[in-house]
Formats: sequence, structure tokens, C-alpha cells
Amino acid sequence: MRKFKEFIIEKLILICGIASIIFVALIFLFLLKEGLALFKIIPFKSFLFGRNWYPISEPAQLGILPLILGSLWVTVGAAIISIPIGVACAVYIAEVAPVKIKEVLKAGIELLAAIPSVVLGFIGMVTLVPWVKHIFNLPTGLTALSGSIMLAFMAMPTIVSIAEDALYSVPKSYKEGALALGATQWQTIYRVLLPAASSGILAAVMLGIGRVIGETMAVMMITGNSAIIPNSILQPVRTLTATIAAEMGETVVGSEHYFALFAIGIVLFVISFAVNVTADLFLHKRK
Amino acid sequence: MFRRFFTLLILASFCVPALAVKAGDSIQIKGSDTMVNLAQAWAEKYMENNPKVFIAVTGGGSGTGLSSLISNTCDIAMSSRNIKEKEIALAKQRGVNPYEMKVGLDGLAVVVNPKNPVSRLTQGELAQIFSGKITNWKEVGGQDRKIVILSREVNSGTHVYFKEHILRNNDPNSKEEFAPAALMLPSSQAIADEVANNPSAIGYYGMGYISPKQRPLSVAKDAKSEYISPTVENVISGKYPISRPLFIYTNGEPKGLVKEFDDFILSKEGQEIVLKTDFVPIK
Repeated sequence: MRKFKEFIIEKLILICGIASIIFVALIFLFLLKEGLALFKIIPFKSFLFGRNWYPISEPAQLGILPLILGSLWVTVGAAIISIPIGVACAVYIAEVAPVKIKEVLKAGIELLAAIPSVVLGFIGMVTLVPWVKHIFNLPTGLTALSGSIMLAFMAMPTIVSIAEDALYSVPKSYKEGALALGATQWQTIYRVLLPAASSGILAAVMLGIGRVIGETMAVMMITGNSAIIPNSILQPVRTLTATIAAEMGETVVGSEHYFALFAIGIVLFVISFAVNVTADLFLHKRK
Repeated sequence: MFRRFFTLLILASFCVPALAVKAGDSIQIKGSDTMVNLAQAWAEKYMENNPKVFIAVTGGGSGTGLSSLISNTCDIAMSSRNIKEKEIALAKQRGVNPYEMKVGLDGLAVVVNPKNPVSRLTQGELAQIFSGKITNWKEVGGQDRKIVILSREVNSGTHVYFKEHILRNNDPNSKEEFAPAALMLPSSQAIADEVANNPSAIGYYGMGYISPKQRPLSVAKDAKSEYISPTVENVISGKYPISRPLFIYTNGEPKGLVKEFDDFILSKEGQEIVLKTDFVPIK
């Protein structure tokens, strides 16, 4: 009887354990099934490299190049802003800050992570957007840059907390050795600690970027959503995620527009999967 | 791993079709953002007269309403455009039989910032501005500023109407599109806000949204015609060129509670509400 009980519990835990993998597989299969149907109607190449996105015209033009580039601009901009600040913040928290300030900073960063993205989007819309328009003297402030700045805020908590962990896991003897050889605190940080923690910091950066790519609500509210091929960060852009969110309500199930949105979902899935795998590789290298 | 799972969860939330709950004495109305305030006013008045009935009104755009009628998740779809052939075909496939009822008229106002000296345009000029052929305000008698085009998202009936009647000038063979640089905003309110803050912007919305923070333009059919401002009188008389019918769609001819509500909409009381919410009654 006891053995039987053990058996049941063991199997139950096993099911819970593999449930997440099953969900992932089912979601991916559904995505593939709905998305790949599009390529019976239009060729893969004209979907990925088409320059026009007019999904409800007759015939529909379903080229997502402007959307991919839009996502790229916003993500690169957010990375440029959030990586230096995030890593520097992690170094400060892990190595420099006194205990009291450290606690306050950590709590603050956790709070930043807790702000819902729609709230950040709303704040960005009323404060950041007019500001960007004014400073750069643009026709409109709804630009990729506004999105990048807002998304940088969202990526920072991820980058800071993981990079900070990476810095902590550098063996203490490295630091002690460097200091004993007469290195200053700054020399120790950038010659010894940062290189030793580099793989963990890279993983932090990748996960931060992953968060930025998948973000939807805030970018939809402040990037202007025009499907042009952007050649500057000061232009409005339309991202992959915002396109799905803005248009999913309109599509009739089974239309080519509907399939196209799922195909965009596949593209997004592939991108964020690649980013996460890269991050995982870096994390494992560290261990 | 947690992050990856979370990303998937977000992706997954796009895949799950909306579930709608239906109870006995309730009506689900969904669709055109233009008509949300109107339908809400109808619903409130009707529920006041019939306290047992519950009517839920949600927006999302005409396309959203019609696609949920097709997938049977609402009782009445509001639409500011005619149902498309494609949608009828899809509905028939799913055993839904869309039944159309005209409930009012709406004038579409083209608005600019009050600081913009331009106060009137022809339909042809509007088409050229919104398709990106005219890019500077000085070409139509304004200041030397780049024009910022504001449009609704593609799920909006207003978007479709504007494209077909202004950009394509009612020509079914025309391939004219909104300029790719047009900003696609998620709601009429977003357009109103951006126009209020941006002297280079031009946008369009239902007449009901007109406020002193935006200036509605007078529009002429062509350079020789009279310029007409978007007012209720001008829409009723048919003088104002950009006006469109508002529809509600039901599955088959309305029955029971839905029929009573539809009768209320067409009654004198219902049509007075149309006028009160800045639309134009049909009777």
C-alpha cells in the first residue's frame, strides 16, 4: 500500500514536471499549424522580405520587413540605453555601495520590475513623447526612440539582478588576490571581476533583450505604429508585437490576415527562443 | 526557464479565443468604437426602462464586432461600415446569417490643431495628404511644416470608410493606400489627444469627438464646390460629403429580447438618443 502511494505521488510529480514542456510543445504546434497555412497562399520570401504591410487591402500585402526592422530599431535602442546603465548599476550594488544604500537600490529595482507595462506606456505617452518631440524638434514624438527609452526601463531590472548575481558568484579569492597585489578597487573591478563574471553578464544582457523584444503594450502606445522601413531612430515604427496586438481583434478566423498574424507569432517565437538559448549557453558556460 | 515559459505564456494568450458568457436576460453588444458611446446610451436608457435586462457594450472596432458575431460571441455587432462579402461568406460557413439594420448616420470630421491656419480642404487634397503625395502644409496654404498623418488602426470601420471614400474616391479598382508613414493610433481619443498637442497633425474621427481642442475642417467635393463644415444639419441635408451610415448586425432576423431592443433603437426615444450623442438620426 505504501509503495502504491509512493508510486502515485511520484507519477503525479512527474506529470507536473513535464507539464510545462507539454504546454510549450502544444503552443508551438498550434502556432506552426496556423502560421504555416499562410505560406500556401503567399511565398515565404515575400512575407519575410516584403516591404509593404497592408493586411486588409484586396489583394492583401503581407510583407513584414518594416515590422522586423521596427522591432530591431526599438530593441537596439533600448539595449544601448539599458546595458551600460544596468551593468554599472549591478557593479555598484555588488561591489561599491554600502549595505544601507544597497538595500534601498535593490528594493527600488524590484519595484521597477513590478510596474505594469501599460502604466509605463501611459506615463511615456504623456511625459516622454512630448519631450522627445520638443528636444529633437520632430514632427511627432511617437518614435522608436520613445519606445526604446521606455523599454530600457523594463529591461533594467532583469539586467541588474542577473548581472549582480554573476558578480557575486565570482570567487572571493580573485578579489582578495587582486587587492593584495596592490590593485585599486576600480582596477580590481574592471580587470578582474568583470572579466570573471562576463558570461553571466552576457546572459543578463540577453535576457534583458528578450524582455524588450516581447514587450507589446508600451510600444504600441508610444511608437506611432506606422509600417515604414525606418532609417532613423527618430521615426515612428511598427513592431511585430504591436502588430499582433493591434490587429488580432479584426481578423476573421481562417482569413489570410489571421494566418499572417500567426506567422508573425512564429517569427517572434523563433527570435525570443534564439535569444533565450544564447543566454542559457552563456549561463552554462559560467557553471 | 521561467522567462522562456513566461514569453510563451504571453504568446499563448494571443491564441486563446475569447470566451463569452451568455445568460438569459442579457445582450452582448460589440464592435465599432465610433458607436460605443451611442450604444452605451441606448443600453442605459433601455435598462432603466427594463431593470431585469442586462446589456453589455464593448468596443474594439467594427471588424472586431463582426468577427465576434461570426464566431457567435456577441448578440449584436455594431459596425460603421457595410459587412464585407468575405465576412458574409465566412459567416454562412459557420451557420451565422448576418442581418443588417441601419440605425443612424455619422459625419466624419477631419481635424487639425487650432494653431494650424488651414481651415478648409477639398476631398482631392485630403486624398493626396493621407496617401502621402502632399507632405508639407505649405502646399495647401499652411505654414512650412511637415504633415503628420494620423489614422486609426486597420480594425476600425472609420479607417476602412476613409480609405474607400476619400483615398480611393469610391472607385473599387483604385489601389490607393494610406501613406506608410501614417501613424496608426489605437483609438479616436488617441487621435484627438495627438491633434490637440501637435500643430503639424491631421486626423479624422466621428463627429461626436469634436471638441475645442481640435479644429474640424470644412470640406468641399472639388475646388468648385462650396466648403461645408461637419455639423448635424449639414449631414442630415446631405451637403457634408464625408458621412456614412451606422449599422447593427444580428444573427438572422432579430427575435425576442434582441428584437425588443432593436425596436427601441428605432423608436422616437432611441433616435433622440442618436441626436444627443452627436450622431444623426435616420428618422
